[in-house]
Amino acid sequence: MAMDERKQANRRVVKRLGMAALLMFGFGFALVPLYDVFCEITGLNGKTGRIELEEALSQTVDEDREVTVEFLATVHSELPWEFRPMLRRIKVHPGEVIEVNYFARNMTAEMVTGQAVPSLAPGLAAKYFSKTECFCFTRQALGPGESKEMPLRFIVDPELPENVRTVSLSYTFYQAKPEEAGKEISMGSGTLDSIM
Amino acid sequence: MFAKTLKGAWYSLWGAVLLLGAGNSYADYPINLTRGVTDISNKVFDLHMLIFWICVGACVLVFAVLIYSIFTHRKSKGAVAAEFHESTTVEIIWTTIPFLVLVAMAVPATTTLLALEDTRDSDMSIQVTGYQWKWKYDYLDDDISFFSVLTTPREQIEGDAPKDDTYLMDVDNPIVVPINKKIRFLITSNDVIHSWWVPALGWKQDAVPGFINDAWTELTEPGTYRGKCAELCGKDHGFMPIVLVAKTQEDYDAWVEEQKGAAAAAADAATATLTMDELMAKGETAYNSHCAACHQANGAGIPGVFPAIAGSAVAIGDVAKHIDIGINGVPGTAMQAFGEQLSAVDLAAVITYQRNAFGNDTGDMVQPADIVAAK
Amino acid sequence: MSTATTHDDHHDHGAPSGLMRWVTTTNHKDIGTLYLWFAFIMLLIGGAMAMVIRAELFQPGLQVVDPNFFNTMTTMHGLIMVFGAIMPGMVGLANWQIPLMIGAPDMALPRMNNWSFWILPFAGTMLLSTLFMEGGGPAFGWTFYAPLSTTFAPASTDFFIFAIHMLGFSSIMGAINIIATVLNMRAPGMTLMKMPLFVWTWFITAFLLIAVMPVLAGAVTMMLTDRNFGTSFFDAAGGGDPVLFQHVFWFFGHPEVYIMILPAFGVVSEIIPTFARKKLFGYSSMVYATASIAFLSFIVYAHHMFTTGMPVAGELYFMYATIMIAVPTAVKVFNWTATMWKGSMTFETPMLWAIAFVFLFTIGGFTGLMMGIAPADMQYHDTYFIVAHFHYVLVTGALFSIIAAFYYWAPKWTGHMVDERLGKIHFWWSVISVNVLFFPQHFIGLAGMPRRIPDYSLQFADWNMISSLGGFAFGLAQVFFIYVIIKTIRGGKAATAEVWEGSHGLEWTIPSPAPYHTFETAPEVK
Repeated sequence: MAMDERKQANRRVVKRLGMAALLMFGFGFALVPLYDVFCEITGLNGKTGRIELEEALSQTVDEDREVTVEFLATVHSELPWEFRPMLRRIKVHPGEVIEVNYFARNMTAEMVTGQAVPSLAPGLAAKYFSKTECFCFTRQALGPGESKEMPLRFIVDPELPENVRTVSLSYTFYQAKPEEAGKEISMGSGTLDSIM
Repeated sequence: MFAKTLKGAWYSLWGAVLLLGAGNSYADYPINLTRGVTDISNKVFDLHMLIFWICVGACVLVFAVLIYSIFTHRKSKGAVAAEFHESTTVEIIWTTIPFLVLVAMAVPATTTLLALEDTRDSDMSIQVTGYQWKWKYDYLDDDISFFSVLTTPREQIEGDAPKDDTYLMDVDNPIVVPINKKIRFLITSNDVIHSWWVPALGWKQDAVPGFINDAWTELTEPGTYRGKCAELCGKDHGFMPIVLVAKTQEDYDAWVEEQKGAAAAAADAATATLTMDELMAKGETAYNSHCAACHQANGAGIPGVFPAIAGSAVAIGDVAKHIDIGINGVPGTAMQAFGEQLSAVDLAAVITYQRNAFGNDTGDMVQPADIVAAK
Repeated sequence: MSTATTHDDHHDHGAPSGLMRWVTTTNHKDIGTLYLWFAFIMLLIGGAMAMVIRAELFQPGLQVVDPNFFNTMTTMHGLIMVFGAIMPGMVGLANWQIPLMIGAPDMALPRMNNWSFWILPFAGTMLLSTLFMEGGGPAFGWTFYAPLSTTFAPASTDFFIFAIHMLGFSSIMGAINIIATVLNMRAPGMTLMKMPLFVWTWFITAFLLIAVMPVLAGAVTMMLTDRNFGTSFFDAAGGGDPVLFQHVFWFFGHPEVYIMILPAFGVVSEIIPTFARKKLFGYSSMVYATASIAFLSFIVYAHHMFTTGMPVAGELYFMYATIMIAVPTAVKVFNWTATMWKGSMTFETPMLWAIAFVFLFTIGGFTGLMMGIAPADMQYHDTYFIVAHFHYVLVTGALFSIIAAFYYWAPKWTGHMVDERLGKIHFWWSVISVNVLFFPQHFIGLAGMPRRIPDYSLQFADWNMISSLGGFAFGLAQVFFIYVIIKTIRGGKAATAEVWEGSHGLEWTIPSPAPYHTFETAPEVK
C-alpha cells in the first residue's frame, strides 16, 4: 500500500471505530429504556402496570378461580413513618376490581413527603396485575403527626397463569428526593429524561 | 516409562483419596458442599456431585493425554515431530462430544432449577429484610416482627477472648420456622443489596432495595441451621449471620405464643423506671450490638465516615434532640431510625449510656417513658 | 518505507536519549516497554494489597486491618489487577509483537499510541490516591454494585469514576490502533488467515474492547449523575432499579473477562508449537473458536446474576448459553494437546509456563462450567469457590501467559537469553505456591465461606492459613521475578536472531535485540 493510501485507510478505521465506540456509549444508556421495555414484556422485577378504571371494569370476572393477594410494607429507615397494610391478605377472583387500604402516619413534628415503590412477587405475575388507583402514583405528603388511609385499587388479569395462586404485593416507602417535589413518577421510564 | 507414569498417577490418586478421607473425619478441613436438610438442597447437592465427577472425568482424560505426551514425545527421547496439523474429522468429533456431555448435564439441571423456583402453594410467608448489618423478619401470618443481630462479643473478634465454636454465627433472635410446612420467604432490603443464604437450604437469594424476591423451603428435621449474608453490603458484611431454627409444629406454636407474650411484656417494661446502673448496664450491651459497628466500641467513630459519640454535640447537648436522632435517624446518612428496631427500654438505656460513657459525663438519665412520649 | 506519521524518526535511526525519549516516543517498542513496566509495577502494588488481604485472613478474628479498609483492599486489588496489570500487560505485548509479527514498521497510529499509554499513569495515580482521601477509597468491590457504590459510597468514588473513564479511554484508543494496524499494516502476502494466532486473538479482543469499554463508561457516568445530579438510574426511591446496574455492568464485565484471556490463548498458541517443533494443530478452528467465544461472551452475561431474582425462563436461557462456551474452549485445549502430541518437545522456561497454563486454565474452565449450572450456582455464587475459579483463570491463566510471553520474547527484546536456571526456579516456586494459595479456596468456598469478608467462623481456619502461606510464597516469587527481569536486561548470553530452535514467524527473522526500527522495507511473506 502506498503511504498516502495507508494514511487514508487508517483515518477511515479511526473514524469508523470511533463512531462505533460512541454508539456503544449511547447503547449503555439505551439499556435503561430497553430494560424497562423488557421488564414490561416479561414482568421481570415485579414492576406492576397501571390501567384506566373503565378498562378494568370491562373485564369479565372468573368466579371459579381464587387468587390470594398478600400485602407487604417496608419503610425505608430514613423515613420516620409508620406504614402498614390494613389487611394482610385477601382472596380475589381474577377480573374483579378490588380496593384495599394502607395506613401511614408521620411520626415527626414536621411535614414529610414520601414516595412508595411497588414490587410484586413472583415477578412473572406482575404483568397480570394492574392498578387503577394507587398511592404510589404520586408522592404523598403528611403533616406533623398526620395519619392517612391510602387507597389502592387493583385488578388481577384473568389471563394470570393457572399455576400462580399467591401473589405478594410489596410497597417500600422512601423519603422523596427534595428536588423532584411535585413531580409525578412513572416507574423507570422517567430516568433518562431527567438528565437529558 | 509410561508404566512408571501410571504408577505415579496411581500413588497421587491414593494420596488424594487419603486427603479426602482425612477431610471428612476432621471438621476443620471441610472440602465439599453441604448436603443440606431439604429435598431441594439434596437435589442441588446431587447435581453438584454429578457435574463435579463429569468435570473430574474430563480433566483426567485430557491431563492423561497431556502427561503421556509430555513424557513420551520429548526431543531428549529422540522423538521426531510428526507433520500432521489438521483434521476436520477430529475437530468435528471433539466439538460434538463436549456438546453431548453438556446436554446431558443440562437435563438434570433444568429439572432441579424448576423445582427450586416453584414457590406455589406455600403454607406460610415470612418477609426477610436486609439492613446494614442485620436482618429483620416479619411473620405475615402471626404479626411477629423482630431484628436479628450478631451476638459474638467484640472481645472474641478482637482476639481478647477465646473464640466459641459458633464464632460469628450467633444472633440474638434466630428466625424460627415449623417443620413440614412449605415456607415462602419474601426477601427485600432496606438499604443496599444483601443476600440471604443458609447453605443447608440449598440456595441464596439477593435482597434488593425496593424490590421483592421470593424463595421457599420445607424442612423435615428440627434443628439449628446457620448461614451468612453473601453479597458485599459494606463495612460489616462479614458480621451479619443468619440463624434458622426449625421446630416441630407444637414447639413452633409455643414459640409464637411466647413471642406475643414478649411483645406485651415489652410494652409493660416501657412504663418502668430504671436506675442509673440498670440503664448503663443495658445501654452498654445495646450499644455494643447496635452502635459499635460504626461509632466504635470506644465511641471515637471513624473520622470522615462515622461521627464520634465521645464529646459529640448531640451526646452532650439537648436530650430531646438526642432522643429524636435515636428514634428517627438522620436522613441521608448511615444513621438509621432505631425507633422500630429497639425497644423503648433499650433505646432509653443506650441514650443514657451514650450521654454518660466515653467521658460524656452529663449525668442525664433517659427513661423508657421519655422514649414512648417522643414517639 | 515508512508512514508519514513516523517521518520525524525517519532520519534518526537510534533511540533518542533521556527522559523525554519516553515521554514523547511514538515507537511501538518503546511504548510496549512502557506498558509492560507499568503493568509490572501495578502487579506489585495490587499484589501487596493481596498480601494485606491474606494476612488478615491468616487466622480468624480481626488482626491487621479494620473491615472497611479490608473492603477497600479487595476492591482496589481487583481494580488494579484487572485494569492496571493484566490489560496493560496484554497491550504491552501487542505493541511489541504485533508489528514484528505482521512485518509492519510500527503501529498504524503512533501518536495515538503515545497518548493511550500516557493516560494510564495518571489514571492509576488517581485511582490509588483515593486511598488517602477522607472516608477512604472505594470499598464496594471491583464490581461496584449500586446502591453501595452510589448512595452509600465514600466521597472518593467520584475520583474512582473519573479514573475508570480515563482507563476506558486509553483501552479504546489502544484497541482502535490494533485494529488499524492489523487491517492496514500487514506485509505483502500476510493474508488474514496467515497471521500468527497471537495477532488474531488480539484483533478479536480489540473489537470486544471497542464494544464494551464504552458501556462501562456509560455505567460509571450514570453512577456519577446518580451521585451528584439527582438522577435515579439505580435508585429504587426515584423509580430506578439497582439490578439494572448489574445488567449494564455485566454486559461489559463478561466480555471483559474474555478480553483478559483471549490474548493469553494467543500467547500459548505461539509458544507450544515452537517447543513442540510442530505446527499448531487446527489453526483455522482456533481462529473460529476465538471468534465464537467472543460472540458468545455478549449473550451469556447474566449468569453472574442467577441469585438476583431473574425469572426461570431467563435463568434457563443464560444457563444453556453459558455452558455452550465450554465447547469452543474445549476445542482450544484439545488443539493444544494435539499440537504437543507426537511433537519433539523440549522444556525451556516459556514452555513450562505455557504447559502450566494449559493444565491450570483447564481447571479454572471446569469450575466455570460448574458455576454455569444455575441451580448449583445458587450455592457457589459469591463464595470462595468463585474466588478460586477466577484466580485460576486470571492468575494461572492470563498472568501466567504474560510471564510465559516474557520468557519467550525477552531475548528478542533485550538481546540476552534469560538465565534458564533462574527462570525454572521462578516457575516451580510460582506454580507450587499458586496452587497452595488457590486450590484450598475451592474447599472453603464449597464449605460455605462467602467472599469479601475480613473475618470468618472457625471451620474455615485451617484452609485459610494454608492459603495465606501459599499467598505469601507466591508474592515472594514475583519479587524474585524482578531480579530475573533486571538481570536479563543488564546482560546474559547473547541471543541469536531465531532465539529458539523451533521458532517460526517474522519476529525471528530480525536480529536480537530487535533494532529500534524494523521492517522499514516490508518483508515478503509467501
